[in-house]
Amino acid sequence: MDSRLGPAPPRAHWPPPRAHEQARGYYPPFTVLEKFLQTLMDGLAVGSLYALIALGYTMVYGILKFINFAHSDIFVLGAWISYATALFAGYNDLDPAAAGIQAAPFPVWVLYGLGGATFVALVVAGIPKLQGRPLSESARALLLGVTWAWACAGMALAARVLQGAGWSIVGGGAILICSMLTCGLVGFTLERVAYKPLRNAPRLNVLITAIGISLLLQNLGQLEWMFGTRPQGMPSLLPDAVLAEIGGSRPSPDADWTVQPVRIRLLDVIAAGTAIVLMLALDRLVFHTKIGRAMRAVSFSERNAALMGIPVDRVISFTFVLGSMLAAAAGFLYAQKYTKLGQTADTVWVLLGLKAFVAAVVGGIGNIRGAMLGGILIGLLEFFGVAYLIPQLRDVYVFGVLILVLLVRPGGILGSTAVEKV
Amino acid sequence: MAWSLSSRASQLGPPAAWSLVRGVLPFLACVAVAILAQVILKPFLITTLGWDFAAKMIVDVGINIVLAVSLTLVNGFTGQFSIGHAAFMAVGGYTAAAIVYYGSYRIAGNPDLAGGVLSSMLVGREAPWFTPHDLLFLVAMLAGGVVAALCGYLVGLPSLRLKGDYLAIVTLGFGEIVRVLIQSQTGDVLYDPEEIAQTPAWKLAGSLGGSLGFSGLPFYTSFFWVYLLVLVTLLLAWRIKNSSYGRALISIREDEIASEAMGVDTTRFKIRAFVLSAFLAGCAGALFAHTVGVQLNAAELGFVKSFDIIIMVVLGGLGSISGAVIAAIILTILPEALRGVAEYRMVAYAVALIVMMLVRPKGLLGVHEVWERAAWDWLLGASKRKGAGR
Repeated sequence: MDSRLGPAPPRAHWPPPRAHEQARGYYPPFTVLEKFLQTLMDGLAVGSLYALIALGYTMVYGILKFINFAHSDIFVLGAWISYATALFAGYNDLDPAAAGIQAAPFPVWVLYGLGGATFVALVVAGIPKLQGRPLSESARALLLGVTWAWACAGMALAARVLQGAGWSIVGGGAILICSMLTCGLVGFTLERVAYKPLRNAPRLNVLITAIGISLLLQNLGQLEWMFGTRPQGMPSLLPDAVLAEIGGSRPSPDADWTVQPVRIRLLDVIAAGTAIVLMLALDRLVFHTKIGRAMRAVSFSERNAALMGIPVDRVISFTFVLGSMLAAAAGFLYAQKYTKLGQTADTVWVLLGLKAFVAAVVGGIGNIRGAMLGGILIGLLEFFGVAYLIPQLRDVYVFGVLILVLLVRPGGILGSTAVEKV
Repeated sequence: MAWSLSSRASQLGPPAAWSLVRGVLPFLACVAVAILAQVILKPFLITTLGWDFAAKMIVDVGINIVLAVSLTLVNGFTGQFSIGHAAFMAVGGYTAAAIVYYGSYRIAGNPDLAGGVLSSMLVGREAPWFTPHDLLFLVAMLAGGVVAALCGYLVGLPSLRLKGDYLAIVTLGFGEIVRVLIQSQTGDVLYDPEEIAQTPAWKLAGSLGGSLGFSGLPFYTSFFWVYLLVLVTLLLAWRIKNSSYGRALISIREDEIASEAMGVDTTRFKIRAFVLSAFLAGCAGALFAHTVGVQLNAAELGFVKSFDIIIMVVLGGLGSISGAVIAAIILTILPEALRGVAEYRMVAYAVALIVMMLVRPKGLLGVHEVWERAAWDWLLGASKRKGAGR
């Protein structure tokens, strides 16, 4: 018998250890119940993040009827911006002395530069011209962008101050908001610059443009003066502790576990809780507010919505900003759970984004509640497939289900199949 | 409604014998030109020291031309959006690699290059014009194409129900599934002649190297094979574009509903386009697998490779054969020229793609060929005239 394992644990295992296992003092690392619970928790945690990303895909598809391939890159940007801002604010788990303003990667400076330069430019050149006239749509957009950039910079500074004051958890929240604001601005800009001119172009062109933007964001992020090609370790911005341990067994309270228990971590609870709060807020926004009604109207018929006096451009921009902010939140939470940040063009990121898209399709694309359901389902499918079937085929399960759903019920679970009319 | 092309051709066309000659002769000419390319280029570019850099570029350009033109059949002519083209390449490449590698073992007991003059890029070696190994390589290439075509049929089937973005996602999902399966579900490459002789064929088919890649392949790819495939591909694409078959494909691109109303069996034509495109991509994959300096690995044939091919097709012009060729040439040579600023290369590509879509949504040449006046009207400033430009 292996002496490290000690005597048999007091609690009966299920399934009971076989004779040879008992003879060697060997116990499986998980019993059936614990393995199931752990898989369920992992699946739900990652599934809720998929759902957050899927919401952005589904909202854009619902309104503009194209797949925003760049959405997964906004998610990656959200993770990296929160890393950059965290370094700026003084968080660095590995080397606290190295964190600070000097260590802040370039993109944080872009935030300030963007905000400051456009503000100055507006004051010097713009204001005199605008005197006595109502602001044009583009001027208003510019003003909004500048205000937004300043808000980002403010949140980054707030995070720095809070971290200095020892309120690191609140500082983490400020970084989350900063990342969301930044990505919202990026989403807004992308829509205005690249997608708006193509509003009436064939859908294939918009799709190709989206792929182009995706490639652009990935490869810009890889440049040395941006985030670089080395993977980085995300500092922990949220508190983590083991809240509860379910099951498991060990010979005495201070001995090693012979059967690992299911650990409910505070980080997982916060991540899933934030995701759920954001999703509830979005649901509330879409179904119970004026702008939400406008979004649904534009999604139903852009032309008729315009005839009813709905500012279609503004609603579309708002949708992009909203989707990008949710993706950024997902990026932040993902980076907190899986702390190794790969380079922006890493296939891991792309696959994550694609799986979130699969979630949107499975739930019924264009349907907001469908995206939430699809995200959870895909997360569960992935983790249960890995735990109970062949682990290497992780991606095959997801894409297999996608093809199956598309063939059997192309509208998705909650979606409706519309017949195309002439 | 059934589409019978042959009956009309036999009623109106020239005598059968002449049309047979006219049909086959260009293919024979392709073979002749490819032989010339091999015989003329090889002494210049291959020395005892190895390959000249230009030789490698010429081969890569050829393979990319085949990939771009074959994708043009689906994305350009038929208007379906496939973003899993590299998967067909992977399927064809791995099939051909298994046949060549294990076939060589079965025939000669080793995997060494034993091709004739046409498929050998070695110098100072007396070889006949044609050996049984060349036949093995040809069979392997065609088999790779056929297996890829079967996959193309499978991927084309969902186009019964799916359109546009959805089909794109299915092709993407298919590509990922192929990649993951090859990487995780195949065993190590065998290299012991005894072991290979005793292993049944179905087991050999599963020994493709897994995530390490298929190593130890003989380098059969030569100017002859590459440019034979290039010329045949161009000939096929050109003939399709200028036939009623191709017009049926183009009508699907322009308006699927109208096309169906005019009696085009859209599903069948879409599947055919997929099958042919996949076949050519599979053959190109076979050539890619046996190129000098290439380690066949499914990890490199993921969606990044697919996007590379798409960029060639889109920049050249969706529906333009010569555009795809030009874009393939430029985008193969450009990265080498931009080696000094390699990290900005992809950024520049992405910007070029976006700007192209905003400024000239149909690509550089649109649906026209490079020698047609309409392709240049936009450049010469005639695009403001009504009806010109596009």
